[in-house]
Amino acid sequence: MTVTGTDLLLEATGVSKTYGAVVALKSASLAVRPGEVHALMGANGAGKSTLVKILTGAVHPDTGTIAVRGRERVVHSPAEARRGGLVSVYQEPALIPDLDIRSNLRLTETPIEPFRHWLRELGLVDLDLSSMARRVPLASLRIIDLARALAIEPDVLMLDEMTAALPANLTEKVLEVVGRLRGGDRSVIFISHRLIEIAAVCDRATVLREGETVGVVDVTEGSEERIVELMLGQAVEALSAQPEGAAGRQIPAGATPRLTVRGLSHGTKLHDASFELYPGEVLGVVALEGQGQDELFNILAGSERPSEGELLVDGSPVSFRHPADAIRAGLVYVAADRAEALLMQRSVRENIALPFTTRIRSWGPIDLSGERKRVDTAIATLQIDTRARGEVRRLSGGNQQKVTIARWVAGGVRTMLCFDPTRGIDIRTKSQIYVLLRDLAASGAAVLLYTSELKEVQLACDRAIVIFGGRVVAEIAVEDADEPALLRAAYNLRSDARMPEHLAAEAVAEADAAAEAAAEADR
Amino acid sequence: MSGVASAPSAPSARNPWLTATAWRRLFRDRPILPLLALLALLVALSELVRPGIVNPNWAGFILRTAVPLAILAGCQTLTMLTGGIDLSVGAVASGSGFLVATLVGDQGLAVAILAAVVVASLAGLLTGIGVGVFRVHPLIMTLGMGLVVFGLANWWQLVMVQTGGGTPDELRWIGSGSFMGIVPHSLLVFVPLALVILVGLRRTGYGRLLYAIGDNPVAARLSGARAWQVIVLLYVISAVMAAIAGFLVSGLTNVASVTLADSYVLPSVAAAVIGGTSIMGGRGGYGGTIVGALILTVIISLLSSLGYPEAVRQVLFGAIIVTVAAAYTRITAES
Repeated sequence: MTVTGTDLLLEATGVSKTYGAVVALKSASLAVRPGEVHALMGANGAGKSTLVKILTGAVHPDTGTIAVRGRERVVHSPAEARRGGLVSVYQEPALIPDLDIRSNLRLTETPIEPFRHWLRELGLVDLDLSSMARRVPLASLRIIDLARALAIEPDVLMLDEMTAALPANLTEKVLEVVGRLRGGDRSVIFISHRLIEIAAVCDRATVLREGETVGVVDVTEGSEERIVELMLGQAVEALSAQPEGAAGRQIPAGATPRLTVRGLSHGTKLHDASFELYPGEVLGVVALEGQGQDELFNILAGSERPSEGELLVDGSPVSFRHPADAIRAGLVYVAADRAEALLMQRSVRENIALPFTTRIRSWGPIDLSGERKRVDTAIATLQIDTRARGEVRRLSGGNQQKVTIARWVAGGVRTMLCFDPTRGIDIRTKSQIYVLLRDLAASGAAVLLYTSELKEVQLACDRAIVIFGGRVVAEIAVEDADEPALLRAAYNLRSDARMPEHLAAEAVAEADAAAEAAAEADR
Repeated sequence: MSGVASAPSAPSARNPWLTATAWRRLFRDRPILPLLALLALLVALSELVRPGIVNPNWAGFILRTAVPLAILAGCQTLTMLTGGIDLSVGAVASGSGFLVATLVGDQGLAVAILAAVVVASLAGLLTGIGVGVFRVHPLIMTLGMGLVVFGLANWWQLVMVQTGGGTPDELRWIGSGSFMGIVPHSLLVFVPLALVILVGLRRTGYGRLLYAIGDNPVAARLSGARAWQVIVLLYVISAVMAAIAGFLVSGLTNVASVTLADSYVLPSVAAAVIGGTSIMGGRGGYGGTIVGALILTVIISLLSSLGYPEAVRQVLFGAIIVTVAAAYTRITAES
């Protein structure tokens, strides 16, 4: 599968990018042939989105080159990438809501007739071009976005999670149209979490892991397993490593769940999700991006209301109209986005004490010494570095996250909902948070922990549930919840489907060969 | 990744008090200091322009004039902390003063004042419901409510045209009188009110929530705060404060008119902004606002002592407000 540089449509070699101390991309390469649909794969944090941003000109790489039809290009902006023949379509449609469709098309200088042609091809026949983008259903907007991209006949079309949250019939149409592009002189870079789609339309797949291109796979029947193995890397070898900290406690028979979720649905993302959370356990939630976990946590935190399904706390049904209702029922929420949870200009103390004064009966004078005692205890429990306590925005990310947790610990926790609480914070703080979550569970609290880092499940959880397409598709005991098992389940592959040893070895060898080839091309 | 994101810079060999960074840090941590310095500078300038003008009588006059402005600027401070603003204070203050003047003859002072406070609270309640429950932007809501109150006051003027009325003596005593001709009686109202606001903002759950909602409404909501409750009460408080200011203004000027306090609206916003309260919410306090009100009052007195025509004074006043606000934001900003 060696390819000479000249007959490639798009070639990125040795691309790297660091943000401060964080290495987002170490050495990524991507080679797209004319007429192929090329999948770009990688687990969370593998560097996929950074590479996409570099290709589209939104981010500038530290090193590396990008060549289109053999000519090296420096792309400074998405508009420039567009002129260079690379057009992207994202999960969120890029149309201006307060303009009608025709004006939106004019903005991007899209020819109308080809646009109409592609709309018909995509099965959207009854669109009125003079309707406001705001009034067009979201699914149709995604299709319009795609038709708009197709109409200007780009050399390379990049579809980034375009089919996520698209209804099944439209997804089919999109895949059909993408499939028809194969064999021409244009190419498609296809990014999706759904392996079935990859298998259906893609010719080859480039797999990223930890910022590096670890392999290029010809997509044939059964190559999904190989792709997953490549995404996992050494995790396969680390199978025998014993998890520390995770207790895997047995739930006593007949115990009442702290939280029962039955048939919860919301919009297009969450469909009929059901599970139970018991006191004294940390229940991990694992899902690829955009599988409905955001909606699930928003509903549990009282920020959004489900369209269907019921919630039970300690066996009795509840309905939350406001986060205050969830808090009163003992459900407290730790968000991944600290900008969402913190008063950046206020002190550590005020941030931690915020929930104490939200109810009208506590609007009066504050018992300052009592408050100080509770806040200081929480600060000590979480080991928050308070050198910059005057304003929370001057704290480091890890300390900021600790403040969002301390706020609830100070009040006594019954049920804590943590949405990716360790995203983007340092390793030491991460392990402190795991220990804290274990301690909370040991003292009888129930903890629901969504994490985008699969490793965390065995470090902090007692068991894990996996959400795919808005449904709970698997429950995995902590002993079995290693990265391969979780990732398979997250891609909705059978959890017992283990790859035979020889196949794994082959995959690794091929990855090495691909890396060598890439190195060759570099020279 | 531990510790402070913006660590203090390494101390230089020079005297740290002479570096711009040191001054900036001082101003950032104690934003009231540059304000007091500016106030002192303006007082010195007044003395320079008209030697002998700065005396106890002058100080009493400045205080007497500044008190209603400081109260109205308090309305702006509280609402601005939540990211709002109250432009209805002019109409509410004028209307309240006018209502007292028309009712006092028949009903007596206590009933007249009670009636005015109740009417003002109702206006504040409606504003609060509009802003807090129906999410009308505070700028629009309070401008509209100001117009409604002004219209009602006009109608009341037609109804009450036969009763003479006039500012009651008690209001004149408190608004324009002073102990020994120096210490204004209005401080009897202002000092307790200012203490309640200053302590309330720091040491009550409600005060904390005002800052929280202005700083990050999403975080406040996720922590269980129901913003509408806070907002509704806020605009009632603001309207009652505006009514109190209206009583003092009508006592100070011995006039009861439906447009009496209109000219205070812009200065009240300016005093809060100059005093360091962010119009975006979440930052500021009442201490700075009080100094801001004093600064504006001294500027007005200085401008009139220069003997320029009214038009020139207005232009200068506007220009100075903008300059001071811009400069203050700059010297107290994060480096």
